[in-house]
Amino acid sequence: MAGIPHDHYEPSSNGEKWLHRRLPIAGLLYDTLMIPTPKNLNWMWIWGIVLTFCLALQIITGIVLAMHYTPHVDEAFASVEHIMRNVNGGYMLRYMHANGASLFFIAVYAHIFRGLYYGSYKAPREITWIIGMLIYLLMMGTAFMGYVLPWGQMSFWGATVITGLFGAIPFIGESIQTLLLGGPAVDNATLNRFFSLHYLFPFVIAGLVIVHIWAFHTTGNNNPTGVEVRRTSKEDAQKDTLPFWPYFVMKDLFALGIIMVVFFAVVGFMPNYLGHPDNYIEANPLSTPAHIVPEWYFLPFYAILRAFTAEVWVVQIASFVTGGIIDAKFFGVLAMFGAIAVMALAPWLDTSSVRSGRYRPMFKWWFAVLVVDFFALMWLGAMPAEEPYATFSLIASAYWFAYFLVILPLLGVIEKPLAQPETIEADFSKHYAPKTGGTKTLVNPAE
Amino acid sequence: MIKKTLVSAVVAMGLAGSAAYAAGGEAHVEDFNFSFEGPFGSFDANQLQRGLKVYTEICSACHGMKFVPIRTLSDEGGPQLPDDQVRAYAERYEVFDEELDDFRPATPVDHFPESALENAPDLSLMAKARAGFHGPYGLGINQFFKGIGGPEYIASLLTGYEDPPECAPDDFSGYYNKAFPNGGIPESCKDENGYATIEGSWIAMAQPLYGDDVEYDDGHEATIEHEAMDVAAFLTWTAEPKLMARKQAGFAGVVFLTLLSVLLYLTNKRLWAPVKNKED
Repeated sequence: MAGIPHDHYEPSSNGEKWLHRRLPIAGLLYDTLMIPTPKNLNWMWIWGIVLTFCLALQIITGIVLAMHYTPHVDEAFASVEHIMRNVNGGYMLRYMHANGASLFFIAVYAHIFRGLYYGSYKAPREITWIIGMLIYLLMMGTAFMGYVLPWGQMSFWGATVITGLFGAIPFIGESIQTLLLGGPAVDNATLNRFFSLHYLFPFVIAGLVIVHIWAFHTTGNNNPTGVEVRRTSKEDAQKDTLPFWPYFVMKDLFALGIIMVVFFAVVGFMPNYLGHPDNYIEANPLSTPAHIVPEWYFLPFYAILRAFTAEVWVVQIASFVTGGIIDAKFFGVLAMFGAIAVMALAPWLDTSSVRSGRYRPMFKWWFAVLVVDFFALMWLGAMPAEEPYATFSLIASAYWFAYFLVILPLLGVIEKPLAQPETIEADFSKHYAPKTGGTKTLVNPAE
Repeated sequence: MIKKTLVSAVVAMGLAGSAAYAAGGEAHVEDFNFSFEGPFGSFDANQLQRGLKVYTEICSACHGMKFVPIRTLSDEGGPQLPDDQVRAYAERYEVFDEELDDFRPATPVDHFPESALENAPDLSLMAKARAGFHGPYGLGINQFFKGIGGPEYIASLLTGYEDPPECAPDDFSGYYNKAFPNGGIPESCKDENGYATIEGSWIAMAQPLYGDDVEYDDGHEATIEHEAMDVAAFLTWTAEPKLMARKQAGFAGVVFLTLLSVLLYLTNKRLWAPVKNKED
């Protein structure tokens, strides 16, 4: 891999040389695993491993579940009960898969917000960021379609609501909706194509994950200081970095171990806590649930979708200017996808030359509000669409957009950043002073 | 995750069209104590057998449990009926056999029959399909700390029949139940914003339990609370037959992963000690 100077793989034995001349796969693995990694990475840099683990867990449990599942409207619900009751260990497989999706999203949100705070999206890591956003979008699609498969009430009505969003697109919306559903309404054709795509997307994600890793292995990892690893010589680089194996593999595995303890406690003791009770009622097109609520990980964006009603003046202006093409429903859809789009554009919206939020005194506070805003939106998405929640949703949605479209561009101009350390080594030795025996055990765990 | 009030699709339970839907009415769910609550709680086989009796003699007149195989009544972690009793029990039911093209007595490999009444929901998964109470403010705190959930809801519903409140007209269709969230509520029991001024709502099912409805084989007193709790426990088992095995697997997972984490912590600490200039 290019970038940081380091030792490369040298085949030693005759067998290795033979293989290396024909397929340098050992070299590829060696360079990937031994990549020089900034030694000051804190505990927010563990989520990548957690996410990789989640993807593997979901694919493995999912493949076995698919062996026992029947994608047909008359049998899907019963086949899930068959998994829960008759398949050996089926209840564990299904609960791990369902809660695995939640862990996946907890990890991806932590990963994204870490990137937002430490400026991991900034040059030269824009491609890594964009690929990451694509993975996140695919994850949402996969999770949504997976939730439809058990064919419970929330599966059915969730599918009806979400595919209906595409129907709100002017002119072509209805065609898109029909294409998604495979017919005029959510039915067997929908279930079948969702099952097919739910099986396909994770492998597309796996491919993109490889590109994601390739991209940041080319640029090198970001780190809590945002200061680049010195590339002047191999010796300098070695002062700033440690090889990924074994140092970061062990650290990440330890973190993964702790997370797995919590995960198994949830799967073992409260596996339905994050799910919706209505999904244990078989889908019934004739009976609409009192509240249709998406899974928790969609709630922030669901809140944004619902926030822009016909009473909001922005919506009224948009409707007036476009001659009614953009109505409240379409505006909501635009806002929901826009909320992710502005996040994806962060590398170009953020004008500050300083990467890490650690050295940005004003940014820190705006970022903290963004985190609170995210949780507020999540809560509001679960609340009924009535006052005072509607107003709160609107304010929270407005802040989300303001953060990316106004605050990030302005802060770079008006903010006076603090002094950054010269090198990663300097930052690291500040915490672990050589010889004097520094006593701090964690590198700023609070960050 | 979550919403403020109980959600249920039983709205369609044959309530007459005159009954308007509740606008977010709260329902009263009692926090019953069940033996299977908490990480170490387990089913009481005797209670499950009593619940089976209540189900068989009362509930099954209208309701079915089409997802539950009769053979599982003898399973470990369930009511644990002896095999001969399970066979005898199965014969109570008639099932349609497609090969014979006729009805025949059920055998243990058959499932419980479907609901006899079209409007009576299937009870197989009822304990998981009803949330109990997800509050306050949709944060799920009651569920997390008090373990309030489906079984509490079922027991509350069965003991929640009361005389209708004074605001209701005499001829309002259905039966008043203070634990039933999404049934009909007469306009006269709503405030000017359309919110219910009473707990619960009107349900289509007449009060099924009054106490002493069954005679327990183990001599247990058949008060209405006991019957309600027993059948709620039984329905928790039908909804989650692998509950005990699941908790054991979860416990083993937590113990071994904790051990693994400790070892990884020590390995990681040792590995990093020279880098962090620490004595090891």
